[in-house]
Amino acid sequence: MIMSEILENGQLSKTCLYEKHVALGAKMSPFAGFMMPIQYSSIVEEHNAVRGKVGMFDVSHMGEIFIEGPEAEAFINHIFTNEIRGFEPGKVLYGMMCYPDGGVVDDLLVYREFEPEHFLLVVNAANIAKDHEWILAQAALNPATGKPYDCRIDNASDSWGQIAVQGPDAEKTVVEVLGLKGAAELGFYTFYDAEINGKRLIVSRTGYTGEDGFELYATPEETVRLWDELLAAGVVPCGLGCRDTLRFEAGLPLYGDELSAEISPVMAGLGMFCKYDKDFIGKDALLRQKAEGVARKLVGIEIEDKAIPRAGYPVELEDGTSVGVVTTGYHSISLDRSICFALVDSRFAALETPLWIRIRKRVFPGKVVKKRFYQTNYKK
Amino acid sequence: MSKIMEGLLYSESHEWVKVEDGLAVIGVSDFAQKEMGEITYVDMPEVDDEIGKGETFGALESVKAASDLYSPVSGVVVEVNEELQDAPEKVNEDAFENWIIKVRMNDEGELADLMDAAAYKAMIGE
Repeated sequence: MIMSEILENGQLSKTCLYEKHVALGAKMSPFAGFMMPIQYSSIVEEHNAVRGKVGMFDVSHMGEIFIEGPEAEAFINHIFTNEIRGFEPGKVLYGMMCYPDGGVVDDLLVYREFEPEHFLLVVNAANIAKDHEWILAQAALNPATGKPYDCRIDNASDSWGQIAVQGPDAEKTVVEVLGLKGAAELGFYTFYDAEINGKRLIVSRTGYTGEDGFELYATPEETVRLWDELLAAGVVPCGLGCRDTLRFEAGLPLYGDELSAEISPVMAGLGMFCKYDKDFIGKDALLRQKAEGVARKLVGIEIEDKAIPRAGYPVELEDGTSVGVVTTGYHSISLDRSICFALVDSRFAALETPLWIRIRKRVFPGKVVKKRFYQTNYKK
Repeated sequence: MSKIMEGLLYSESHEWVKVEDGLAVIGVSDFAQKEMGEITYVDMPEVDDEIGKGETFGALESVKAASDLYSPVSGVVVEVNEELQDAPEKVNEDAFENWIIKVRMNDEGELADLMDAAAYKAMIGE
């Protein structure tokens, strides 16, 4: 969500928790058009809090787009790669919206609400305006009827805040600190509607860290209240710095780095989120990519050194031939390994393939490894 | 407020130089280590490498970013601080105690281009 306030020092928005971050002394930085906290204490401490106990993130910058109406399901299934028919109220589904050429508009969550033909789409902050325009444009024509889809599309991003509570103690925290007893009953990728001061509170067992956790959607005012209660209970505030190290270790892609208009789900190894026994925009292109193969694939690479492969560094063969580029890389905090995601020539994408990464003046040997570096701990 | 050591010379890119037995001992300032946050890796040159004034001779890496290190003088690397290979966090603990490289200078006259503690203090605005 956004308060749609423009900061004096630029065209940046603030979330409803902006003042809280400043008061906590967070290191603030622009991200996706918002002034966001990168870290409060240290990225390592915050990362370890989420892996070991519980941490919380302001993710109010994310976008919320509601779609409802008689043809809402048919419409979403037309623009979304995953299959939402037969998926029950209270469930959450991950997938992408693609362009006709298979490139990715965005990756997103689709929530099937408890009222028939009501859905919530949660999209990346950087893509809210683009996604909204894309969705409106696609809704203008139902290829089956030649008419617009019969549904209403409401970009409500400005009206919602969001806090992610993540870590092995997340369930205990939301149940005991926030009194959200229903949270304990939720399976992974499900949600329920609670209330806070008479306002809707969406409690969703989802996240972007590789740990168990919840994402709480509320009005801006109630989001601030929830934040204060969690903080008072000792939940560690965590910035976007460790959000990235956590999601990276868990093998989760970030739009813009591992998915984009140029990087399709097939290239990114996310074909399992595309369902080909239905029609959706981009299906033909993705099927062709699957059948003919793609020129580049996203892989994991580990190097035998503490040097850090970072986004943009070249991936090479032993003779110096460039075969790809790093998209995200760290010296993994939880694993103490120098690992990265890289987009490489598909001929060199098989597990165990030796590859070299150029880091400044030197070249470090490594090999292709599984992208899920860290064993995730989701609620079954 | 970061610590500034009197008697050292400083570059605009936040390296310090201490002249000791005719060698330039080079590290980074306390201000620089604070800006970087937790340092997780120090990329160093090898002994006998030739480095030019203003050229990169290595890098400091934090979780989030890599920052190049620029040599304040030209010369030949005679020693690198091996300790930092296994314990890069020592730079955070004491940036002045934990030097990075020692260089045999080609031209001591290059030192005149560096700042003293007062000028460096003014530059970082503290």
